[in-house]
Amino acid sequence: MSKTPSKIRPVVNESGIEIKPLYTAQDVLASGGVDASAPGQAPFTRGIHPLMYRHRPWTMRQYTGFANAADTNQRFKYLIANGQTGLNVAFDLATQCGYDSDAPEAAGEVGRVGMAIDTLRDFEIAFEGIDLDAITVSLTINGTAAILIAMYLAMAEKRGYDVRQLRGTAQNDILKEFIGRGTWIYPVDPSVRLVADTIEYCAKAAPKYSPVSVCGYHIRESGATPAEEMGYAFAIAKAYTDAALARGLDIDEFAGRLSFNFNIYGNLFEQVAKFRAGRRRWAKIILDEYGAKRPDSGWLRMIAGGGGFGLTIEQPENNIMRGAYYALVGALSGAQTMALCCYDEAYTIPTPRAQRLSLRTMQLLIEEIGLTDTVDPLGGSYYIETLTNQTEDKIVEAIKWADAQGGIVKAVSDGVIQAKVSNYAYHRQKALESGDLHKVGVNCYEDTDEEKPQVELHPYDEMGAKQQIDSVRKVRTERSNAAVERALKTLRDDAKAGRNVMPALVEAVKAYATVGEMNGALVEAFGRFKEPTQLWRQAG
Amino acid sequence: MSERRIKILLAKPGLDGHDVGAKVVVHALLDAGFDVAYTGLRQTPEAIVKAAAEAKADVIGLSILSGAHLSLCRRIRELMQEKGLYDKLWIVGGNIPEDDRMVLRQLGFKGVFPTGSHTDDIVSFIRENVK
Repeated sequence: MSKTPSKIRPVVNESGIEIKPLYTAQDVLASGGVDASAPGQAPFTRGIHPLMYRHRPWTMRQYTGFANAADTNQRFKYLIANGQTGLNVAFDLATQCGYDSDAPEAAGEVGRVGMAIDTLRDFEIAFEGIDLDAITVSLTINGTAAILIAMYLAMAEKRGYDVRQLRGTAQNDILKEFIGRGTWIYPVDPSVRLVADTIEYCAKAAPKYSPVSVCGYHIRESGATPAEEMGYAFAIAKAYTDAALARGLDIDEFAGRLSFNFNIYGNLFEQVAKFRAGRRRWAKIILDEYGAKRPDSGWLRMIAGGGGFGLTIEQPENNIMRGAYYALVGALSGAQTMALCCYDEAYTIPTPRAQRLSLRTMQLLIEEIGLTDTVDPLGGSYYIETLTNQTEDKIVEAIKWADAQGGIVKAVSDGVIQAKVSNYAYHRQKALESGDLHKVGVNCYEDTDEEKPQVELHPYDEMGAKQQIDSVRKVRTERSNAAVERALKTLRDDAKAGRNVMPALVEAVKAYATVGEMNGALVEAFGRFKEPTQLWRQAG
Repeated sequence: MSERRIKILLAKPGLDGHDVGAKVVVHALLDAGFDVAYTGLRQTPEAIVKAAAEAKADVIGLSILSGAHLSLCRRIRELMQEKGLYDKLWIVGGNIPEDDRMVLRQLGFKGVFPTGSHTDDIVSFIRENVK
């Protein structure tokens, strides 16, 4: 055996930053120094509020929804009874893609991956008995977001809430759907226009409602580094901001209501640096580039969560531990809201037990582990401060890449970013298969026995789907079809004429028009998106 | 090794938008030297079978992660038999629980590749099984 010391293992994080074995004050200085701003003070590196979790812990908002409104309402109440402080609603694919439950396209999908929604009646049932002032609701909806926002506001109004005071969030980030999640409907330009319609409408009619949650999350899952995740999200948020400004809105009228959704799997320190750097960069974009006057316009308000890509089918119990570490990332990063993927989620819609375990994971951090005692506990660490500075540079690089493609909207229309992201995913998969990228239970420490994991699968509820189909058919016979026709005509006309479609949508929703009917009117006006296919060619 | 290249149609049936896996597989199949056509998202069973017949594909691959694989595969099998595509190699990948894998094989989907499968295994399976 040789006595010469072995070479130090090189480490480069996913964002492409070389990691040193030791950091000192020199590294912080060389990378740009420590940001001396206090939490609650622009550019908010250490947090958007002065006291952060000391004032109020993050909102716990597990992603939930299945079968129909009645079943989902029961699960909402179960989670609230277990200490959940917000709701995060999952919709089935028919609802997300704009089909009624009895449409042929919806066959086999009604209520499968989320709750089926056809009309306002379903929203009335889903939120029955839930205080919308005490529990804020986040709607994970994109392609049909304008329709479901209208439905949520109409439901709240019917229940006697003052819509001007109503809080809540819709995901409504269609650009990332083209890149990653796939529930687009209309072509890119009218899709972005619809997002601007919701921002413009909410700024006036529901000024406390957050009409958009820009998602780096799904881009990261689909194939991007943590720094790219944040950079592309900012490029998208800038596109929505530009579209809203073009409506004549003032930046301070809406920027403070933009929110974000980021992922938490991966290297802990890299994620914490990503969030700190992201807060700083977003504040600079809104306050410096766009010249917002209100400091809170530059807040990077976010849900940090999921970690779905990090979870594995193999050795599913490991996902419980992964979830705990991911939650720690969220807490160390100053997220406003957190949602954890459940350990069984690589297989199935989570069981109530798995949902409660995710809630308890977050509650443990708050009640026992001390994560809410002090603001930005890793701030000041040589490593974290250096990494924060370096990650901000990488985020800026990603934004510049999008700009160089002619902007993110063009990059999406041309399919350039889809190709880039999918290429990353391919290399990530090859690295997992070759073992270059370690994954416990997958390519190291694999099970040697043939013991099958014990995961209870969520069965598809055929009966629930049938009930939903009967229910939408019944609503169609009970409502005034003349009123629906009138509302749909206005919607179609407004969409074609380039007027904001939200007032017409609210009227249509109140007349109990179905999601499929309203979406149909919009498709008539806008057409459907066709996926760019130049990506796929013959080999050789 | 001068035999004609194997033609593969890879499709995403139904409403499921999870296409990371499908695109990774497309990359891998292209790298392996096959001819590959990818349908993109949200294809009806009718459109997929029509595309497979027109492309004269040797292999018809489906990617489904929403959980709707059994109903979709049953429908696609019916249509493929009507179109006379029973001599082609049918494969399916996605979030497929253990119990459903045998059912899919019995339906005629000779290759079933659940989440976590290696792309190399898919490539060699195709090489070994295309007549």
